[in-house]
Amino acid sequence: MLSIKNLHAKIENKEILRGIDLKVKPGEVHAIMGPNGSGKSTLASVLAGNEMFEVNEGSVEFNGKDILEMAPEDRAREGLFLSFQYPVEIPGVSMVNFLRTSLNELRKYKGEDPLSASEFLKLMREKKNLVEIDSDLTNRSVNEGFSGGEKKKNEIFQMAMLEPKLSILDETDSGLDIDALRVVANGVNKLKRPDNATVLITHYQRLLEYIVPDFVHVLYHGRIVKTGGKELAHELEANGYDWIKKEFGDK
Amino acid sequence: MSTEQDKILEEVTKGEYKYGFYTDIEMDTLPKGLSEDVVREISKRKGEPEFMTEFRLEAYRNWLKMKTPEWAHLNIPEIDFQDIIYYAAPKSKPKLDSMDDVDPELKATFDKLGIPLEEQKQLAGVAVDAVMDSVSVKTTFKETLAEKGIIFCSISEAIREYPDLVKQYLGSVVPPNDNYFAALNSAVFSDGSFVYIPKGVRSPVELSTYFRINAMNTGQFERTLIVAEDDSYVSYLEGCTAPQRDENQLHAAIVEIVAMERAEVKYSTVQNWYPGDKNGKGGIYNFVTKRGLCKGDYSKISWTQVETGSAITWKYPSCVMMGDHSTGEFYSVALTNNHQQADTGTKMIHLGKNTKSLVVSKGISAGKSQNSYRGLVKVSKRAENARNFSQCDSLLLGDKCGAHTFPYLEINNNTAKVEHEATTSKIGEDQIFYCNQRGIDTEDAVGLIVNGYVKEVINKLPMEFAVEAQKLLEISLEGSVG
Repeated sequence: MLSIKNLHAKIENKEILRGIDLKVKPGEVHAIMGPNGSGKSTLASVLAGNEMFEVNEGSVEFNGKDILEMAPEDRAREGLFLSFQYPVEIPGVSMVNFLRTSLNELRKYKGEDPLSASEFLKLMREKKNLVEIDSDLTNRSVNEGFSGGEKKKNEIFQMAMLEPKLSILDETDSGLDIDALRVVANGVNKLKRPDNATVLITHYQRLLEYIVPDFVHVLYHGRIVKTGGKELAHELEANGYDWIKKEFGDK
Repeated sequence: MSTEQDKILEEVTKGEYKYGFYTDIEMDTLPKGLSEDVVREISKRKGEPEFMTEFRLEAYRNWLKMKTPEWAHLNIPEIDFQDIIYYAAPKSKPKLDSMDDVDPELKATFDKLGIPLEEQKQLAGVAVDAVMDSVSVKTTFKETLAEKGIIFCSISEAIREYPDLVKQYLGSVVPPNDNYFAALNSAVFSDGSFVYIPKGVRSPVELSTYFRINAMNTGQFERTLIVAEDDSYVSYLEGCTAPQRDENQLHAAIVEIVAMERAEVKYSTVQNWYPGDKNGKGGIYNFVTKRGLCKGDYSKISWTQVETGSAITWKYPSCVMMGDHSTGEFYSVALTNNHQQADTGTKMIHLGKNTKSLVVSKGISAGKSQNSYRGLVKVSKRAENARNFSQCDSLLLGDKCGAHTFPYLEINNNTAKVEHEATTSKIGEDQIFYCNQRGIDTEDAVGLIVNGYVKEVINKLPMEFAVEAQKLLEISLEGSVG
């Protein structure tokens, strides 16, 4: 589904990603962990097509297509979803209007007819129940005045609505209290299917108690330096990142 | 993508747009230039009573002594007033039998704008109910309105049929010597609308007029007068479009509203006159004086405007709150792109006791445009307990445009409560990226964000108008980001 080869990316001449290799298959859950500044969020941004970063080497294939040449909206239409670490507020734009526009764009790309208002609202009710989101949130403007936890829940709700093939969750667990974390994790687990995949980007192991990954990768200095099963996450939790830094420190 | 914008602009403004409006219509025109003789001739051709001829002549003499206002944040090229045709009337009205006769490309443009079929008919000249180049061709809903005693007709007709009403109110809110452009309008106004709502009558429909500047080099001088008697209500819609011309065209209109006791008048405008091309060539000069007088106690006048057109806009719809407990409101969206310049806002004049005013202004600047809000809140000595709240927001797209806010306060009574809030923001790249990541392309994202920003004002417009206004904003902004 996703195949990243030797990906290098920089911002203002500073190289952040220095040769990432990663393969994600349908049905898999990958966790990408690593200390602050290792390039985790940059990887998410580059995959989603944020133009702040410049890709200077490597390739990314998604569904067999080279997505580095695609505009961010086309990547989204191909089924790539990013749950933002800091979702932005869009004052005055209702969640209903925003999501309906979004969903209908994705449908149009697939050659499907747009959903009518009533079909859309029905779908919204279903998904709201699925991810246990207060209906209040969807009656407001996009993220406007939402608490940190509400913003993250709203990302998961959008993910439920858009049914992406690949979801990248960028630090979705950071700053969440235990209840919000549970809602987010339940949402992700319920949305898991054999034909979609999830990449969790996280600093802490905490989220992985709720969402069990098939693979854990450690990102350090812009490279994946270690890959293992879920036990690797426990090891990191127990020993911190210092041993990684020692073992893979600047060479 | 600027090519997309060009395409749409071209579609909206290209030659075919004139077809059926312009080329086919035989015009009855006076030669270029302005003099006492021209003023007399206009009055004569319109068959006006003597008081009107005198009204015009006095205004003309005042105008001669006045100068173009220079205080606005505008760069106004010199206007040669002798190079303008002051009277142009279609000899016969262009009438098509059905929508099938309308140029399909024109129809496609209307569809793009989402204009309802009935309005398309009006615009395309099928059973025309519009003011077309100075002479009102026909007026809508006339018979239904007549049953309620409502008068809705062209101002020319009103001058002939209801001279007493016109004499009583014309110039009572905007005197002929009010300002340079008002004086010019008073001297040469060609046509416009007249509305009279009798006591206790609520107008069952929204009254609407479309204005269209059509003939080459004809200045357009519309005159509208609305009188609402005690306990009456009316909502009036004004929509404007103008085909493309290379030379700038002058438009100097006057709208006067009088609201008596407990009367309420809502006046809504969507203005999308040709703004000039991307390099600032062509476009309409729009110098408008709009003023409402809340004459009676508990009366209310509300202005709502969505302005996306014109090369230069100079416009300050105002409320004079003379009656005690009267209310004035101003809701505005002014969008400028490319080389457009807008200096617009309102004047809220509190004269009566317990008067209230509300101002919500949303400016959007893109391209190399300049967008200014200019607002005056004046509280007179005897206006006890006056209240005003003003909110002026500016949204910038790109870094070559300008947004300016000029609030003026003149408070002469210390019981007044006046609040002013202003914000300036930019559409963030992060907001656009967020939309992109949800499959929404940049142009649609800008449209979405802008429509969110202006929602408070758009919600004040009647439904069909609101939809049209939203589309207009999107079209006007296409190509301005990315």
